[in-house]
Amino acid sequence: MKQLKIEYFALFRERVGTAAEQISSDAANPQELFTELQARHTGLESLNNMKVAINDELVDWTAALADGDRVLFFPPVAGG
Amino acid sequence: MRFLISHEPVIPAHYITELTDPHCGGFVTFEGWVRDHNEGHRVLRLEYEVYEPLAIKEGEQVLQEAKQRFGIRQAFGVHRAGGLDIGDCAVWVAVSSAHRAEAFDACRYIIDEVKQRLPIWKKEYYENGDSGWVNCERCAHPGHPHHHHGSAN
Repeated sequence: MKQLKIEYFALFRERVGTAAEQISSDAANPQELFTELQARHTGLESLNNMKVAINDELVDWTAALADGDRVLFFPPVAGG
Repeated sequence: MRFLISHEPVIPAHYITELTDPHCGGFVTFEGWVRDHNEGHRVLRLEYEVYEPLAIKEGEQVLQEAKQRFGIRQAFGVHRAGGLDIGDCAVWVAVSSAHRAEAFDACRYIIDEVKQRLPIWKKEYYENGDSGWVNCERCAHPGHPHHHHGSAN
């Protein structure tokens, strides 16, 4: 099992009810991880144009996860 | 070339020296203000949440891209975080270059990319007491988070 630090922003943070959590997971990539987290947090919806970063780098949803990674889930952005 | 996140009101005059360059004859800026309406709702105020490490990194990347694409000399941007009122400056981007044409093009490129790419979220507070995250509340997608890579779902 990998130890992962998950961080949620904006709408995701409000829906989950926490900004960050530490979990153990066998998820191979952010896509699998998000699906796993949706089972734990009923309000966590998949949104068009959501993004994911691992250790402060934006990555594809199929990027490999490693033990100790910080995984950041970003709902659709709206700067400006 | 710097991109900043500010928790205080943005005063563009404070940043002019970021753009000053004796080779430049053109200086173009875009300033985004907080508007009192959005999609039929009366907006009273809003809040920006920013993930600063990545917003700064991505913002500086956008400035570098603009320099390479358009051949401008200097570029700068600053985006607000925290609570803002109607009429406040939310974002200010500026470009200086030898001539005006490339400065206009680069300024447009920078603000368009900033709005699409930086991890910044806007929560609007409405006259009727509701609030909402812009671009988030009506885009629930029934499925897995990989749809935008073209997977069927």
